Amino acid sequence: MDKFLTRVLRIDLTKKKFWVEERADLFEKGLGGAGVAIELLHELCPKDADPLGPENPIIFAVGPLNPLFPLASKVVAMFKSPHTGNLGESHCGGRAALALRLAGFGALVIQGRSEVPVYLAIHHGRVQFRDARALWGLSSSLTVGRVLREIEPGSGARTILRIGRAGERLVTYATVIAETYRHFGRLGLGAVFGSKNLKALVISGTSTVPIPDPPRYQKVYRELWEKATRSDLMRKYHDLGTAQNIRPLNQIGALPVRNLLDTRYSPEPPFTGEQLAEEFLGRRLACSACPVACIHLAVLREPHPVEPYFYKTTFVSYDHEPLYALGSMLGMERAEDVLKLIDAVEVWGMDAITTGVTLAWATEAFARGLITERETQGLKPKWGEASVYLEMIRRIAQRDGEFYSVLGKGVKAAASRYGGEEFALHFGGNEMPGYHTGPGALLTYLSGSRHSHLDSAGYALDQECLSCGERLAPEELARRLFQEEVRRQILSSLVVCFFARGIYNLETISAALATLGIERSPAELEKLGANILRRKYAFKRREGFDLGRLSIPKRALETPTPSGRVEEEFLRRALGEMAKLVEGDDGMA
Amino acid sequence: MPKRLAVVDPGRCVDCLLCALACSRRFGEGGLARSAIAVRSVGGVENGFVVIVCRACPDPPCAASCPVGAITKAQVGVRVNSERCIGCRTCVLSCPFGAVHWDEENNKPVICVHCGLCASFCPHNVIALEEVEGG
Repeated sequence: MDKFLTRVLRIDLTKKKFWVEERADLFEKGLGGAGVAIELLHELCPKDADPLGPENPIIFAVGPLNPLFPLASKVVAMFKSPHTGNLGESHCGGRAALALRLAGFGALVIQGRSEVPVYLAIHHGRVQFRDARALWGLSSSLTVGRVLREIEPGSGARTILRIGRAGERLVTYATVIAETYRHFGRLGLGAVFGSKNLKALVISGTSTVPIPDPPRYQKVYRELWEKATRSDLMRKYHDLGTAQNIRPLNQIGALPVRNLLDTRYSPEPPFTGEQLAEEFLGRRLACSACPVACIHLAVLREPHPVEPYFYKTTFVSYDHEPLYALGSMLGMERAEDVLKLIDAVEVWGMDAITTGVTLAWATEAFARGLITERETQGLKPKWGEASVYLEMIRRIAQRDGEFYSVLGKGVKAAASRYGGEEFALHFGGNEMPGYHTGPGALLTYLSGSRHSHLDSAGYALDQECLSCGERLAPEELARRLFQEEVRRQILSSLVVCFFARGIYNLETISAALATLGIERSPAELEKLGANILRRKYAFKRREGFDLGRLSIPKRALETPTPSGRVEEEFLRRALGEMAKLVEGDDGMA
Repeated sequence: MPKRLAVVDPGRCVDCLLCALACSRRFGEGGLARSAIAVRSVGGVENGFVVIVCRACPDPPCAASCPVGAITKAQVGVRVNSERCIGCRTCVLSCPFGAVHWDEENNKPVICVHCGLCASFCPHNVIALEEVEGG
C-alpha cells in the first residue's frame, strides 16, 4: 500500500501543534474513507461528548482510489453531529479529496478549540495556524473564499474549506463549503468548525502516488474511463445535472410540495432541470478526477432596485435537493426566487435541505396559529414568498432572537418547543430529503446511518418496484436496503462518488485495488462493507440511538406516495428486521 | 505533419483535472508531481478556467534562457536534458504562460512533449492535437 495513504495528520487547535501518525493498521483493515474514519471516531470521540465541545474530533479521510480512478472524487468527514447528537458523516467533492491525498495524507484529524479565530493552511505537509479574526463575522462565505484564494498559495491543486456566519453562530445545520458550490452539507460540520473557532482550512498538494503495477493500472483505468464516459450516467448528469429528477418525480407524484401537503405541481414546477438548463444554465463544473461534471451553475441577473441599467450577476449552483427544499417544499412559483434562496444558504453557510424543511414547518405552523407574528418578529411566512424567506434565513443564520435560535436547531427542536410534531418532517432528527416515492425512501430516512436518502437509496428501489409493479414485504425491503447500504460503505471507503455505483461493482473495485497492490476479493469487500456499517451502528447505539424508538412524522404516512399511503405497521416491521441485520444476524459478520 | 497539443475550446473546461492526471500516468504514476499540464480558475470557478500547457513556441524562450543548454528546441516544443539541468528555474521565469511546470520532488522542469495522451482523456474536447506547419 502507498506509504503516504496511511499517514494521519493530527492537529490540536488548543495547543496549536500538529504531528503525523502512521496508521497502516487502520487502512489495512478499513481501506480508507468511511472505513477508517469510523474507527478514528470510536477512538477519539469520548462517549456522550458535547458535539460543540473541544472534545469532538473532526475527521477527514480519503481512500486508495482518490484521485487515481475516474469518479474517485470524494472525501468523507466524520464527527459527532450537533444536529442529531449522534453519528455525523458527510461527503464532499470539489478538490478536497485530491488535495488531501496529494498533500501526502490519508486522513486529517482536528481536535481542541482555539481561543481566537484561526484558519489552517496546510502546504508541503506542514500546518500553519493563521489568524482569522479579520475573517470572522464576514456576512458572506463567498468573500472568505475570495480572500483565501488571493493570499494562499497552491492554486490549481488545493481545496479551500470554510464556514459562513451560520457556522460561527453554531446553527446546528451549518455547512462547510468547499471551493465554491460544493459542501459538507448535512449534519452540521460547519457548527463544529465554528465551535472550535476554526474559520477555514486550506490544503494544497501535488505529490506523486506510486503505482505498483503500472500496465495493469493503465488498463483498468482506461476501462473505467470508457465505461464512465459512455454510460447513461454521463449523459444524464452532464446534461441536466441532478435537477433532471424534478420532472419525473413530479410526474409520478413523489415530489414533496408545501411541507408535503402535496406531491406535485400542476402541470409542473417552473424549476425543472430542463427549464433551468434552457433559461439559466451558465457553466458546468466537475469535481477533480470526474468526467461527468454534474455541477450546474445558473446565472441570475437581477436589476438594481434603484439605479437604471445596472445589474447584479450571481452564479448559483443548483441540484435536485436544494430545488426541492427551497423550491417545491416552500411552494415557490418562480425559478428566480428559488435561485435567490439557494444563493442565500450558500452565502450564510446553511444546509439547503434542513433550511427548506424548517421554513416549510414554520409556514404551516404560522398558518395554523401555533406561532404568530410575536414569535416571527413581524414576519408572515407564506408559500411562495421569497422575500420573507430570505429575511428568515438571515435571522436564522444570525440566531436573531429566541424563535430564530430555535429554528437554527431544525424542525425537531422547533416542533418540541412550539408544537406541530405531526408535520415536522425529520427522521432521526435529520430533515426529509426530496423524494416521497414510497416505503423504501421512508425506511432509508429512518434507518440509514446518516438518515440521508443517499445511505441506501430507498427512493431508487421504490421507483424500480413501481415500474415493474412489484410490492416487497417489509422484511425483504429491509434486507435489500441493508445490502445497498453495505455496498455503499465500500464506495465511501475508496472514496468513489455514489453516482458511479453502476460502474464500480465489487469485481471492478477488486481489480482496481489490485493495481495498487491491495488484494481484496469481492466477497471480502462485501464483508468489510457490512463490518463498517455495523461499526457505525455501534457508535450510534453508544450515543443512545435505537431503531425501535424512532418517531415517524404523521404527515409522511398520511400523504400518499405513488404506491399509496405507507402504513406505520409496515415500517415498524421493516425497522425490526433492520435492527436484526445491523446487529449481525445475517451470517455476514 | 508533426502535431502540437492545442487548447482548442477552453470555454468547455469543467476543471476535472483528468488531463493533468493522465499526464502523470505517462510515467506509470499517480498524482500531479510530474504533470506538464495544469488547470486554474480565472479568479474563482464561476469565471471559467485556463489550461496551462506548452504552446510549442517557434522560438522558445525557455530554451534560449537556459544557462547550461539543458533545454533544446525539438520538432514540436522542446526537450529537457535532466542530466544537464542544474535546477535553477530560469526557464520557469522565461515562460509568460507559466507552462514550465516544476517537479518539486526532483527539482527539475516539466514541459509538455506534445504526446497527446491528455487529449485522449479530456471528456469535453477542450484540448486536442493539431497539425503544425513546418514543425
